[in-house]
Amino acid sequence: MSAFVSRGFTGRRRTSAELRVRLPPGQYAEQGFPVLTAGPTPDVPVGEWRLRIDGMVARPQEWTWEQFAQLPFEAVRCDIHCVTKWSKLDTSFGGVSLDTLLAQVEPRGSYATAWSHGGYTTNLSIDDLSDGKAWVVTEYEGDRLPREHGGPARLLVPHLYFWKSAKWLEGIRVMDHDEPGFWESNGYHNRGDPWKEQRYWTD
Amino acid sequence: MDRLTPVEQRAPGRWQIGTVAAIKRETPRVKSFRIALPMWMAHLPGQHYDVRLTAPDGYRAQRSYSIASSPLDEPEIELTIDRLEDGEVSPYFHDVVVEGDEVEVRGPFTSYFVWRGEQPALLVGGGSGVVPLMAMLRHRRRTMPDLAMRLVYSVRAPDDVIYADELGDDALLTFTRSAPSGWSGHTGRLDGSFIAQAAGATTAGVAFICGSNGFVESAGELLLDAGFEAGQIRTERFGPT
Repeated sequence: MSAFVSRGFTGRRRTSAELRVRLPPGQYAEQGFPVLTAGPTPDVPVGEWRLRIDGMVARPQEWTWEQFAQLPFEAVRCDIHCVTKWSKLDTSFGGVSLDTLLAQVEPRGSYATAWSHGGYTTNLSIDDLSDGKAWVVTEYEGDRLPREHGGPARLLVPHLYFWKSAKWLEGIRVMDHDEPGFWESNGYHNRGDPWKEQRYWTD
Repeated sequence: MDRLTPVEQRAPGRWQIGTVAAIKRETPRVKSFRIALPMWMAHLPGQHYDVRLTAPDGYRAQRSYSIASSPLDEPEIELTIDRLEDGEVSPYFHDVVVEGDEVEVRGPFTSYFVWRGEQPALLVGGGSGVVPLMAMLRHRRRTMPDLAMRLVYSVRAPDDVIYADELGDDALLTFTRSAPSGWSGHTGRLDGSFIAQAAGATTAGVAFICGSNGFVESAGELLLDAGFEAGQIRTERFGPT
């Protein structure tokens, strides 16, 4: 840690000690839920919604909204961390674990690219999608996931910076190699672990 | 073209101690800070820097701020900062920082909401969302003044106009709450006819929208209605919903 001190800065928005341990380095607790999107907000009617998992898998699968609703639902309570410095503690989402979805397709590769309506992509390792660490969620705080937050369905990978939790999720392609997605090609870190403060390429 | 965007994709980003060379009050709520950097690197108009404040006990706060200046201003960057009442970093800049102070920064970062010389270009800013757009406008004026670029700038009141002395024929303003006396231009929120007037033939080009989430949502819809393709529209949003 450098010895630099900002003259006259004392910090007026300090988080309580009990919450501070839940904030990764460089993050602050935000009460609202900011929206960060690279383009206009897509409008995907649930009647037309499909979720697809394909690529290097034993059995590619596609679910309609009704089929997806038949899968075992989980309530997820988690803290989310955005690379733009805000964190939101104690959020609750509802959706299907990637463990459930991946078990149906049987991945044969170690990497994945999630893609969204509007062309957004993000890359993740299968490890980061497995073992109770990732979900496809359709509910937020007990209600239908709002469109501006990625509804009808978004990826939720709360242990990584939130750009990995792709909004308006359309599918996940399993691959044998890692390929940088949208933000990963535009300056943000390839993995994005907030606890290691992996914000940008060189972190 | 190489003079327009001389930036290769090399690794930016080490923390460095810059010196505040000049402070300009833009509006009652907004100040611009010119910061001289020991490790200066040309940015793309639209990119941002991270700022980190450190208290004597080690407590830190970080925020990101868009660069307002042209990348021709070596070795300085200009950060224009809106004072948020419940903020932590922006009140520090407004209330404490004076010329000559040192501030810790790193950047420039991310390469999506950036202008690389595409034309025509329509810039749509709400409030302090004008800041990254000003970097584009300033850089275009200094490198290719004939290039088709127009700024649409929505502000609440005359007191809220940032860069007021620099807005020329290439900027169209609208005042949403109160206009200056004698104002004959547009008033009220952005609407389809105003966007059509501003866009003219530029719907074939790119568009950059920056502002609050609500502003970006409605401006995005208007641009789609005006004929822009979704893939031509880049957005940057700030603030909670």
